[in-house]
Amino acid sequence: MKRSPAASLLARLMPVLATTAVFIAGFLICSAAYPNFASLRVVMNLLTDNAFLGIVAVGMTFVIISGGIDLSVGSVIGFTTVFLALAIERWGFPPLLAFLVILAVCAIFGAAMGAVIQYFELPPFIVTLAGMFLARGVSFLLSTESIPITADLYSHLADHAVRLGGGARLTVPAMIMLAVVLGGMVLLHLTRFGANVYALGGSRTATGLMGINVPRTTVAIYTLSSVLAGLAGIVFSLYTSSGYSLSAVGVELDAIAAVVIGGTLLSGGYGFVFGSFLGVLIQGLIQTYISFDGSLSSWWAKIATGLLLFAFIAFQQLTLHLARRPRRRPRLATAGAAP
Amino acid sequence: MKFKALLLATALSGTLFSVGAHAAELTVGFSQIGSESGWRAAETTVSKAEAKKRNINFKIADAQQKQENQIKAIRSFIAQGVDAIFLAPVVATGWDSVLKEAKEANIPVVLLDRDIDPSGKELYLTAVTSDSVAEGKVAGEWLVKAAAGKPCNVVELQGTVGASVATNRKKGFEDGIAGASNVKIVRSQTGDFTRAKGKEVMESFIKAEGGGKNICAVYAHNDDMMVGAIQAMKEAGLKPGTDVLTVSIDAVPDIFKAMAAGEANATVELTPNMAGPAFDAVVAYKAKGTVPPKWIQTESKLYTQSDNPMAVYESKKDLGY
Repeated sequence: MKRSPAASLLARLMPVLATTAVFIAGFLICSAAYPNFASLRVVMNLLTDNAFLGIVAVGMTFVIISGGIDLSVGSVIGFTTVFLALAIERWGFPPLLAFLVILAVCAIFGAAMGAVIQYFELPPFIVTLAGMFLARGVSFLLSTESIPITADLYSHLADHAVRLGGGARLTVPAMIMLAVVLGGMVLLHLTRFGANVYALGGSRTATGLMGINVPRTTVAIYTLSSVLAGLAGIVFSLYTSSGYSLSAVGVELDAIAAVVIGGTLLSGGYGFVFGSFLGVLIQGLIQTYISFDGSLSSWWAKIATGLLLFAFIAFQQLTLHLARRPRRRPRLATAGAAP
Repeated sequence: MKFKALLLATALSGTLFSVGAHAAELTVGFSQIGSESGWRAAETTVSKAEAKKRNINFKIADAQQKQENQIKAIRSFIAQGVDAIFLAPVVATGWDSVLKEAKEANIPVVLLDRDIDPSGKELYLTAVTSDSVAEGKVAGEWLVKAAAGKPCNVVELQGTVGASVATNRKKGFEDGIAGASNVKIVRSQTGDFTRAKGKEVMESFIKAEGGGKNICAVYAHNDDMMVGAIQAMKEAGLKPGTDVLTVSIDAVPDIFKAMAAGEANATVELTPNMAGPAFDAVVAYKAKGTVPPKWIQTESKLYTQSDNPMAVYESKKDLGY
């Protein structure tokens, strides 16, 4: 069974194309239902309102492609917002310094989780679960109340936006998210580190045998995920101009859902940053639809996301099955005949 | 691929049937916190009914206790071009930038039930909230009248320590009884706003006050704790409602049942109808440009056994409390 390069590229891109089709179809359905839906304003709102989720989803894509999972990101966002509020409002840090400090703290946190996963050979699920409790616990320890951030830079950044007419605005959070998505695409698809991430997701042992530095790559992946979670936390604190220990509860699960809806295999080795970006937008689209409707329970957003997840996992398994079948059969036959 | 598009289509359009007719004149979007308590569920039910009464097209977005969801909902209300936005803010801070967007789009915002940080005062039209000091005061004044000049030892079941509602209801009650030297608070402890804790604390009060002989009245910061306290009194052989006077706040259906049975004396209503006055303010503002006061205080109505408690129970029991 020989395929032309174009056909095999198409097969490789199939899940992302499917996600794109779902997004476009969803947008058309919503636009048909509500006259004000098909506007630049709604699209820009989608970017602004889901900026923090988009940023963590990029990090999550790397982690999942490498065959891991990171459950700590939501808590890291919460911790970041509380830390920033305290640092800027109570301890008198200039905001930019506070940003640098928190990103460094997040980097150390992520590197530590990566190192524990690598050197103690523990499942990422357990290690990052511990990280999740740790980060959330510390943020509660710092403050249980919502702390407003009144620094000039904050109101400046929150109000700064490129106005696109019709009330649409490209806000700072949206710009940061788009930059992270682009940066993530370059890092994953065009660099050696990106290739290593894919290799790691294919097979850890084989990757080691290929001469790739597995420990360094693992630590780097979790560091990247935590730093992006910290950046998402900065964006979140801009979004709400405050720090709150209960913020972004459960965001890790939304991010995982976005990544899977975006066509990334939960078992690793395959996926695209752009798919995750679309996965985030699809979730945002469902939420927007529900508030446009105004009479639906908001829990329908969760139900629709759940249904989509099921559909995508089933779709993945199906394509995987179809892709493997023609090759596996002859191999099994020769293996059986050899002795 | 088509299959999946279809799946999303069903997931989304399966709900299309509920899109109502858009014949109403005004469209109001309400960003509700969630449905964490019976009172809030009742608020949602009553708001819908009040909108219907006025023929207002009403859209509710339940934020599941998350501020980010509330901000998202407000943004999409703005994008839809609604005529007004109601907001029951989950936290007091962090609303400036989204409320500025609403202001720019000329959409008035009304806060329901809770206030936001003072920095945002010019960003909303008005706030409709209850006055929890006034609630406590109404309760205190009722007790002074009911005691009729005789000495009366009161035990107090406080709400959650540090909660502003609890502090205010305590202060209001103290103001209410300040003029009467015969009415004294002898014991005061927190029952955490819960039924179980209210019962437990009442049991300890009864033990400490000679089996309840020295207790003339119980004041609870909410009805739930009072329902627990009534249980404790009955178990101790006391007759709540006759031996011991009771007064509490909230006016949830269960306390009316107790009042109908003669086991409770009075309750002060925290009305779930915050939307009604808000609708009126918005309608007047839209029609004639009348700017309402910055704070619309809801009525703290007193209910006693003479107010036909069973009928009130019937009218309240289906509101979702």
